[in-house]
Amino acid sequence: MSGLSSDRRRRPRIETSTETGLAVQVTGATKVFSVARGKQVVALEGIDLGVAPGEFVSLIGPSGCGKSTLLRLIADLDQPTSGTVSVFGKTARQARIDQDYGIAFQQAGLLPWRTVAGNIELPLELHRASTAARRMRVAELLALVGLSDFADRYPDQLSGGMQQRVAIARSLAESPELLLMDEPFGALDEMTRERMQNELVRICAETGAAVVFVTHSIPEAVFLSDRVVVMSPRPGRVREVIPVDLGSAEDRGDDLREATGFFTAVSAVREALHGSPTETGAPARGVDNR
Amino acid sequence: MTRSRPVLLGVLGVLLLGAIWEAYKAFGPTDGVVVGGLTVLPRTSDLAMPHLITMFTRLGEPVTSAPGSPALWNAVLQAAGFSLGIAAAGWVIGVVVGLLLAMLMQRFRTAESALLPWVVLSQTVPLIALAPLVAGWGSQIRFGESRWQDWMSVAVIASYLAFFPVSVGALRGLESPEQAHVELMRTYAVGWWTTLMRLRLPASIPYLLTALRLAAANAVIGTVVAEVSIGLRGGVGRMMVEYASASSGDPGKPWAPIFGAVLIGLVAAGFVALLGLALKRYRRGEVVA
Ligand SMILES: Nc1ncnc2c1ncn2[C@@H]1O[C@H](COP(=O)(O)OP(=O)(O)O)[C@@H](O)[C@H]1O
Ligand SMILES: [Mg+2]
Repeated sequence: MSGLSSDRRRRPRIETSTETGLAVQVTGATKVFSVARGKQVVALEGIDLGVAPGEFVSLIGPSGCGKSTLLRLIADLDQPTSGTVSVFGKTARQARIDQDYGIAFQQAGLLPWRTVAGNIELPLELHRASTAARRMRVAELLALVGLSDFADRYPDQLSGGMQQRVAIARSLAESPELLLMDEPFGALDEMTRERMQNELVRICAETGAAVVFVTHSIPEAVFLSDRVVVMSPRPGRVREVIPVDLGSAEDRGDDLREATGFFTAVSAVREALHGSPTETGAPARGVDNR
Repeated sequence: MTRSRPVLLGVLGVLLLGAIWEAYKAFGPTDGVVVGGLTVLPRTSDLAMPHLITMFTRLGEPVTSAPGSPALWNAVLQAAGFSLGIAAAGWVIGVVVGLLLAMLMQRFRTAESALLPWVVLSQTVPLIALAPLVAGWGSQIRFGESRWQDWMSVAVIASYLAFFPVSVGALRGLESPEQAHVELMRTYAVGWWTTLMRLRLPASIPYLLTALRLAAANAVIGTVVAEVSIGLRGGVGRMMVEYASASSGDPGKPWAPIFGAVLIGLVAAGFVALLGLALKRYRRGEVVA
């Protein structure tokens, strides 16, 4: 509940954080998958990544470059072949057991036999929160994602965007200090997607959680992030980390999508991704509306 | 509207069957259809194929001509109730055993490879061979004062047929959740039991309902057949044998216990349908984004 109090603003503390103060610290992580007949796939190689409390970090790169794998290492759904992953100074496994993170995937992954409210309260129920506390928290979260009128609906009665909002509410249920999201808006249409991005910025500001966000959309990464981690494939490596300084959450609205700073950052990420400068500049639509 | 449709079609099917019966009886060859010495269609005599009306009026008459004999429908209903009770007991045992086996196989991969072939093989043992074995083992069991009863043997045989679809269906159901859901439970750091209760079992219900329906049909068939092979009195199985031997002058009578068996099947299927209605919310499909 404290996670929702509005006095906790997103304030990246990259410079001040010591090693143990980081939300996520990945050091020299390598992940090798053994596939058929002794063949091996190096999904990640020598990954170093630190995420400060309250910081929003996006992972971007072509598909197959190991974004999901990296996220799964942080979530302790997979273990690194070598290197270490620590979350809030603990092992990833301990952090998972302590429920230090909330997670959302590309597919909402709602349980079809549970109502919207039932899905959101699943983690609370599993961890034996009292009925009263559960009811209160679910009401808060429903309001947060704008689905208060849909508490008793079932997932098959919701649009894809609504399902995704339920999944995000569920990931926030236990007020985690860290959110892990793997292309959560990947299956949504562009309009819904932008609305969801706006909402996510607001939610992050309200909860103060650190976020590791996987995406393959450059504008999405830039719009949401404090830093964009650009990855390259075969083997998956961090190619470049691009700081995006677009101001605090309150200032990030639809206007931002048309600001010059936004396009500068988009170009920077695009260059990093493609490895050479591109002559994009500010597209026309950014100019008219100013 | 949509709900009454299957019922309507069912009734229509029964009427059609009756119409075919009477039509064949009216227009079919008197000596039946014989191909190479093999009778493929029955003779149309009143003895081999009594009129439907004969079967139904016979139900209203007394069982025998002895004074004080109850109406046939009454006797059949009693026998059907008796058999239904045994079938229900067999069904419950079969469902419990089937579910436990499925959970065991889901929990331990090695249990699956060790058990599943035997589960499948178990169904190839013919009932006729099984019945005397079960009765023989049963007769050596004593619980304190009470002794093993023949009806228990029948229930065990019914459960032997019923557990199979449940174990196979439930195993498929328990393994049906998507990887994403299983991993979600892992991120919640809950154990196997909680995952079973909150994810695997609810997800298995559509599979389970199909299995329960098959198990119900198997339990009814198992009960009727085992009643005959063990020689248990009181149920429709034995009644079929008795009435068939007395049918020469009374062609409507042997059909009465058959109707009784059909009735048991309908009640069993109806019960599973009700169960499905109660578990309706577990049968929703999630629409992907
Ligand atoms: N469980 C696995 N077994 C074998 N190979 C895998 C597995 N998971 C991922 N990979 C491989 O690792 C690489 C990175 O995959 P992934 O992390 O899913 O990429 P991304 O999310 O960036 O598209 C891919 O080449 C993929 O085929
Ligand atoms: Mg991926």
